[in-house]
Amino acid sequence: MPMQQDIILNVENLKMYFPIYRGVFKRQVGDVKAVDDVSLYVRHGETLGLVGESGCGKTTSGRAIIRLYKPTAGKVVFKGKPVNTLHGDELRHLHQKMQMIFQDPYASLNPRQSVFRIISEPLAVHQLVPRNKRKERVAELMQLVGLNPSLMTRYPHEFSGGQRQRIGIARALALNPELIICDEPISALDVSIQAQVVNLLEELQKKLKLTYIFIAHDLSMVRHISDRVAIMYLGKIVEMGEREEVFNNPYHPYTQALLSAVPIPDPEIEENRKRILLKGDLPSPANPPKGCNFNTRCPIAEDICFQEDPPYLEITPGHFCACHFVKPENPHSANIMNRQKEKENSVQAGKPVN
Amino acid sequence: MTSISQSADTAYVPIWRVRLNLLLRGMKTNWAMFAENPIGLIGLGLIIFFGLFALAQPILIDTVWKPSVYDPVSGYDIEIAYHPSPPSARHLLGTDPLGRDILSQLMYSTRFEFALGLISAIVTVLIATTIGAVSAYYGGIIDTLLMRFVDLIIMVPFLPILIVLSALMAIGMIQLALVIGILSGFGGTAIVIKSQALTIKVKPYIEAARIAGGGDRHIIFKHMVPNLMPISLLYMMFVVTGAIFSEAVLSFFGLTEIDMSWGLMINTTQVFGYLLRFDTWYLLIPASLAITLLCAAFYLVGRALDEVVNPRLRQR
Repeated sequence: MPMQQDIILNVENLKMYFPIYRGVFKRQVGDVKAVDDVSLYVRHGETLGLVGESGCGKTTSGRAIIRLYKPTAGKVVFKGKPVNTLHGDELRHLHQKMQMIFQDPYASLNPRQSVFRIISEPLAVHQLVPRNKRKERVAELMQLVGLNPSLMTRYPHEFSGGQRQRIGIARALALNPELIICDEPISALDVSIQAQVVNLLEELQKKLKLTYIFIAHDLSMVRHISDRVAIMYLGKIVEMGEREEVFNNPYHPYTQALLSAVPIPDPEIEENRKRILLKGDLPSPANPPKGCNFNTRCPIAEDICFQEDPPYLEITPGHFCACHFVKPENPHSANIMNRQKEKENSVQAGKPVN
Repeated sequence: MTSISQSADTAYVPIWRVRLNLLLRGMKTNWAMFAENPIGLIGLGLIIFFGLFALAQPILIDTVWKPSVYDPVSGYDIEIAYHPSPPSARHLLGTDPLGRDILSQLMYSTRFEFALGLISAIVTVLIATTIGAVSAYYGGIIDTLLMRFVDLIIMVPFLPILIVLSALMAIGMIQLALVIGILSGFGGTAIVIKSQALTIKVKPYIEAARIAGGGDRHIIFKHMVPNLMPISLLYMMFVVTGAIFSEAVLSFFGLTEIDMSWGLMINTTQVFGYLLRFDTWYLLIPASLAITLLCAAFYLVGRALDEVVNPRLRQR
């Protein structure tokens, strides 16, 4: 792990369970384990991409970190202070430094408020900027995100999706936050607009020294914007590391499968590219499989995977993985392609495989 | 950063003008939707007619009508031998058994009907919106308690309670409006508004407001209530109808301390034994028709507003 003072956010064993109630007496019969034992850290000024398929808990993690939910268990340390138990005024102070950009630019802006009211709301609530200065501050913010300040009297429905997302970004920036959780900020936008918004986010990061947690399911976009990447599967982080390290050198079988699905814009490579197809669906987080969460779909699963949870280990410096086969002494032992080749070879050699 | 704020300065307009523009623009589009519906226009026409009707009475008393003859409460026309008298050039709608001009009574009462309807509707809707929003926002035990309280209000027989109350205390127009506002239908309205509030509570902009640092009160009154306003306004229209109707019933029983109202006019007819006679229709029809038309007018406006407020009912 990097130097302690480098780290702006450290999440340890974060758990977010949603209880399931059944029957006449609303007895609790179980939990939806949306986030189950997530540990990650974010350094000052970097972008951590949080990737995974739908329903794997990446949005829930973001919301639990920013305390829209009260985490069931675990520890969230922001700038050296634990924030997972804050409430009331302390929580409001946290939100001065930690903000969020929402997925749906259409639903995340109150349709009955003008852009001025939307962007100035954090300023008004925290009373950081006196009333007569708010208009200037809002104009400044709108300029910053590339909107014409004379539009501040308009209502959200008069804007396009990309412009609305810029309004959302301006609102998040109003309090000069240090960490912004971007909850799929581009997935509701047109592809042509996505690039604009991502470039804006990068520009703002440079200008304002922001730190991002970028939640997304678009791998190429994550590769573009992130410094480090964390891959989630069924409420757990399966792999986390530097971007190039994870993309070029994936350890976990799920990461390998996920990355093999990304098309490569080169016809020759594309032709020879082998896709790893996973069988089946994401299991229900209310009833996760015993042992490794991935064992129902893993092409290389063995007995141990059905009995024990794999430990989440630092395999090489800064590169974490949770798989029984990935060991610091032999990090690539879970490579699916190699394993398949080995299998073929041993079948040809007449040796049985266990 | 100076260049930014300078260029922005030129684009500024005073905030009150911004608000005014927003209001006007919103009203314009809403009016366009409202005006498409003939039902609403009929209702609005009726309300405007009654408004002018109410305004005309004091002017007429000041100019054409002699107060000693045309005063709605204490007037008496000595030049006519028998009261009640049928419509004539002198009394367009005739006179009542006490020799008072019916048209003047009708016009004089209108303003109180308006005041009563609107005051009680505002009271009802204020209570209903607050209960609906608070119970939807907090949920849990607060929700349960408030909803059981609402059930209680729905169950309480409202007219008998009013009758008992009127026996215990002198009920004037304002007290009546408040009592009707508090006791009559806020139960049903609160439930409808709560269901609407539940759909607003889960919108991402509520979460955004919480992350912006807004407390419970800020979220309820700055975000949920403004988004509930259209449906509240709609239910206000329906409550006006109920309030006017309740007042008519109560005055007909002679249980209020109101000097003149439409219900009281019917009461006078009944007290003097003219209620079930066809030849004295002019005692009964004007007041009954006025009650029916004004109630219908608010109901029709409510229906038309429903289409403006509720996108699912819109035809386009």
